[in-house]
Amino acid sequence: MQRFSALSLLGHALTGHRGWQPQWRRASPKAAYDAVIIGGGGHGLGTAYYLASEHRLGKVAVLEKGWIGGGNTGRNTTIIRSNYLFDESAALYDHSLKLWEHLSQALNYNVMLSQRGVMMLAHTLHDVQVIKRLVHANRANGVDNEWLSPEQAQQFCPPLNIADIRYPVLGAALQRRGGTARHDAVAWGYARAADALGVDIIENCEVTGIQRNSQGAVEAVQTTRGEIRTPRIGVAAAGHTSVIMKMAGVRLPLESYPLQALVSEPVKPVFPCVVMSNTMHAYISQSDKGELVIGAGTDAYTSYTQRGGLHISAQALEAVCELFPIFRRLRMLRNWGGIVDLTPDRSPIIARTPVPGLYVNCGWGTGGFKATPGSAHLFAWTIARDEPHPINAPFTIERFRDGYLIDEAAAAAVAH
Amino acid sequence: MLLINCPYCGTRPELEFVYGGQAHVARPPDPSAIAAQPWADFLYMRDNVRGVHAERWRHTHGCGRFFNALRDTTSDRFIATYRSGDSAPQAPAADDPRVAP
Repeated sequence: MQRFSALSLLGHALTGHRGWQPQWRRASPKAAYDAVIIGGGGHGLGTAYYLASEHRLGKVAVLEKGWIGGGNTGRNTTIIRSNYLFDESAALYDHSLKLWEHLSQALNYNVMLSQRGVMMLAHTLHDVQVIKRLVHANRANGVDNEWLSPEQAQQFCPPLNIADIRYPVLGAALQRRGGTARHDAVAWGYARAADALGVDIIENCEVTGIQRNSQGAVEAVQTTRGEIRTPRIGVAAAGHTSVIMKMAGVRLPLESYPLQALVSEPVKPVFPCVVMSNTMHAYISQSDKGELVIGAGTDAYTSYTQRGGLHISAQALEAVCELFPIFRRLRMLRNWGGIVDLTPDRSPIIARTPVPGLYVNCGWGTGGFKATPGSAHLFAWTIARDEPHPINAPFTIERFRDGYLIDEAAAAAVAH
Repeated sequence: MLLINCPYCGTRPELEFVYGGQAHVARPPDPSAIAAQPWADFLYMRDNVRGVHAERWRHTHGCGRFFNALRDTTSDRFIATYRSGDSAPQAPAADDPRVAP
């Protein structure tokens, strides 16, 4: 791996940048691996990286049906935060945030983490009560969060309109350690670091079947690029999880919905943080390119099309225009969708499955990007040791049977 | 926005409807007589089909009735809508123009 540093950049500049090599190999599938990860997004690539770096599992491959990071990893609104209500969630997302804080150094790749603050707005008495409760719960769990008055919220985010709107801002919660990162960079950073440790990253390789032996344990995957034998499969396929798990006869509490996002034309830096409004149904930040990055709730029906209806995005834009009047004349540049796998309690599943050797990491719904390093780290642990880490131990498939739901529907910060 | 053919009112825009999830998920007649897993299966486990999906819709800003639909989730094209209580029409052949290639 060619390490990035000021000195190496200078050296390459002096030789006309002709010495750069590909950051990861275009690997072809081998006949067998010690572990196969299905899904080449941030979570899958990160899992392979931690399997290689922390667990030294042996030969690991990541199989991606398209191009790496081309799914939800490339389509999200890049928000990073850990201000979730329940103890289990706070531990999970803050584990991830702590990994984010050193990720660029660990991977020698600038993921452009910007801890500019995530502010969640309260517009009704109910919002105030719920959000204050969230602040207290976070602080009890050692996660930073603080309550701001409307004036303080406007001071933190000057474009914010607190009074002259249908649902005035009654206050806000601010997590200062929250912020954004560059979504593509985390996929590429993990890919490069994993490849350097010998992980094969195999694109244009769609899994078409999962083969089990006479004891019912995993023994191989069938793919569009041939059969690959392996005793361990980690599925990190987001919206396509049900499709893959059906190949192993496992049914999950997942439904895959479209989630849209859109960006404006680039403008000069004007928006200093991330703002989310549950009640008004939008969240917004400004990228380093200058574009406003805006997201909202899912479309109403399940779909694998990676697109949704214009009325959903329009509703988010109406909320943005009311909250931030200076943006009313901005033109929107691009609109797209992803496929988000939602669970009934809006919390993920990072667990073993009833099939020996088969592990699943799914159900991140609308909130997977922020969890990328934590999810990857915990999934690698679970696969390598065949048992969960204490942090992901509650996030099982069986919790739906046993009643231990972790109900974070409100934490998604847009009303369901 | 989808245009949805309500069996009672005709074709109306998506905004008039609420999605009802996977169709034909039968509620166990006596929930207290079954074990936890079959109850969890009814409540939570779904097929989440990539392809022709049988699902419910409710025409809340119209007649208010539930009905069923067959929709291809790889294209969002509706293949058919049919009344509650009816069984799903035959899924179309792979070369049917309503099904995505």
